[in-house]
Amino acid sequence: MGAGHAHKLYRHGHSPVHALPAHCKIAAVFCFVLIVVSTPRAAVWAFGLYALLIAAAAATARVPARFLLQRLLIEVPFVAFALLMPFVAEGPRVHVGGLSLSASGLWGAWNILAKGTLGVAASVLLAATTELRELLLGLQRLRMPPLLVQIASFMIRYGDVITDEMRRMRIARLSRGFEARGLRHWGVLAKSAGALFIRSYERGERVHLAMVSRGYTGTMPVIDATTATRTQWTRAAALPFAALAVCLLGWTL
Amino acid sequence: MHVPDGFIDAPVSVATGAVAAAAVAVSLRGARRELAGAAQGSGTGAERTAPLAGLVAAFIFAVQMLNFPVAAGTSGHLLGGALAAILVGPYTGVLCVSVVLLMQGVLFADGGLTALGVNITDMAIVTTVVAYALFRGLVKVLPRRRRSITVASFVAALVSVPAAAVAFTALYALGGTADVPIGKVFTAMVGVHVLIGIGEAAITALTVGAVIAVRPDLVYGARGLTAPLELRTSPLTAPAGEPAAVPAALADEPTAVPTAAAPRRSVRRVWLAGLAAAVVCAGGLSYYASASPDGLEKVAHDQGIDAKAKDHATKDSPLADYSVKDITDPRLAGGLAGIIGVGATLAAGTGVFLVLRRRRSAGPGEAAAPAAERPTPEQV
Repeated sequence: MGAGHAHKLYRHGHSPVHALPAHCKIAAVFCFVLIVVSTPRAAVWAFGLYALLIAAAAATARVPARFLLQRLLIEVPFVAFALLMPFVAEGPRVHVGGLSLSASGLWGAWNILAKGTLGVAASVLLAATTELRELLLGLQRLRMPPLLVQIASFMIRYGDVITDEMRRMRIARLSRGFEARGLRHWGVLAKSAGALFIRSYERGERVHLAMVSRGYTGTMPVIDATTATRTQWTRAAALPFAALAVCLLGWTL
Repeated sequence: MHVPDGFIDAPVSVATGAVAAAAVAVSLRGARRELAGAAQGSGTGAERTAPLAGLVAAFIFAVQMLNFPVAAGTSGHLLGGALAAILVGPYTGVLCVSVVLLMQGVLFADGGLTALGVNITDMAIVTTVVAYALFRGLVKVLPRRRRSITVASFVAALVSVPAAAVAFTALYALGGTADVPIGKVFTAMVGVHVLIGIGEAAITALTVGAVIAVRPDLVYGARGLTAPLELRTSPLTAPAGEPAAVPAALADEPTAVPTAAAPRRSVRRVWLAGLAAAVVCAGGLSYYASASPDGLEKVAHDQGIDAKAKDHATKDSPLADYSVKDITDPRLAGGLAGIIGVGATLAAGTGVFLVLRRRRSAGPGEAAAPAAERPTPEQV
C-alpha cells in the first residue's frame, strides 16, 4: 500500500517484530497488558522488569526510544490525575518533604502510573510495527466479527476524508472572516457539524452504491489468508510468557 | 475520560469486556435493521451496514476534533454518544462509538487495551442508551414538532454525560485500584460531568437542529414526525410583515443599528431555544442536583468523620490542612452542582418568560414558520 494508507504511528521497517503476523502480535500485546494489570502493585521490581521487557521488544523492532517516549505523552492527563491522588486518598499519612501524603494514595498513584505507562508503551509498540490493514485483518483472524472489522476499516479509510472535509469547512469559515471566540459562536460550529454529518452520511450512501455496483454483497473477500506458523507464535509469545514469569514471581515473593 | 490500563482491576475489566462484547454483538444485529430502514426501497441491510456505520464512525471521530471555544482560551469538544444515538439510532450509535473507542485504543493508545471493556461500557453503551431512552420518552411526551426534537436532544445529551460518570463511579466502586472514597469520586466525577454535559447538550441540540433543518429524513430520532407536504395558500403574509418592520426601525434609528441588531437577534433566538429546552430539564436537573448529592455527601461526610476520628487518635496537628481540604472538596463540588441547578432553573424561567412574550407578540404567524434555524421575518 502507498504512503497515504499508512497511519502516522506506523514506522516502516523490516525487523523481526515487523515480520510477525498481526494477530500474533495483538494477542501477545493483549496478554502482556493483562498480566501487567494483574501484578500486585507492591512488587515494584516487577514493573522494572516489565519495562526492560518492553525496551527489549522495542530494540528488536528497531523502534527508537525517542519515538516511544514521545508517544507516551498521550497519558499526561492521567499523570496529572495520579499526582493528585496522594492528596485526596484516605488512610495513614506519610510525611515527605513537609507534605503529608496518604500512603495508600501514593500506592494508588504508583499503580496507575506504572500500569498505565506500560500499557501505553505496549500498544504504541504494536501500532508502530503493524500496518493498519494488517491490524484490522489480525483482529478479524482473532475472531472479531467481520462486520465490525469492515466498519472499522471504513472508518479508518474515510476518517482522513472526513477530517479533510472538516478542515475545508474551517478554512471556508476563516476566509469569510469567522473566528470562533466564545459561546456565541457555537451555533455556527454546530451547523458545520450538522453539515459534516449530512456529508458523511451521503458519502456513505454513495460508497455503498458504488460498491454494490461492483458486486458487493456484504462481505469482503479475504485475499491474503496468511496463517501463522508455530515458530511465529512462539516468537510472539516470548513477551507474554516472560511477563507471566515475572508476574508469578511477583505474587509468590 | 479514556480510562487507562491499571485503573480498574483485572476481574472487573474482564467482566466489562464481556458486557461490551455482548452489547456490540446485539448492536451489530440492531444496526443492520436501523440502517436498512433508512433505505427507501427494499434492501437486506447487511451490505448497507458497513459503509454507512463506517462513515458515521468516521464522522464521530472527526467531530470529536472540532473545538468549541468556551472562554479565555479554553475549549471543549463533543463526546458524540447522544448525538450518534439521535442521528442514526441507538444500535448504530453504540456500534460507531465502540468502533471509535477500539481504534483509539489500538492505534493511538488512547485508553488502555484491558480497559477497553470499561471504556466501551461507560462511554458507548451507557451514554447512548441513556440518551436514546430519554430522547424517545421526551419525544413521545412533547408535542409533535421539530422544536421538541431539539429540546429532547438537549435533555438527552445533558443527562447522558453525568450518567456515564455515574456508571464509571459504579465500576470504580467494584474494581477501583486506588483508595479514594467512593463519595469523593462520585461528587468530583458528577460535578465535572454536569458541566461537560451542559456543553455537550448545547452542541448536540444545535447540531441536531441544523441537520433537521436541512435533511429531517436523516435524523433517526425524528422519524415519523415528518408532516405531509401542504400547499401554502397565503404567500403574502410573510412579505407583508417585513416591510412593516424594517421602515419602522429605519425611521427610529440610523442605518447602522438594524444591520447590527439582526445577527444579535438570531443569536438570541438560538439562546432562547436552548433556554426553552432547559425548561423540561430544570425540573429533573434541580431535583437531581438537590437530592442525590445530599445522600452521597452524607456518605462522604460519614467516611470523612471516620477517617478523621482515626487520624485524631494517632496524630492531630499537621492534618489541619488536609481535613479542611477533605471537607472543602466535596462541598465545593456540591456547591458547584447547586449553582448549576440554580442557574439552570433561572435560565429556564427566563426562557419561559421570553418565549411566552415572543409568542404573544408574534401571534399566529409562528405556526407557519417551519424552519427552526432560519431567521423568519416575523422575528425581525
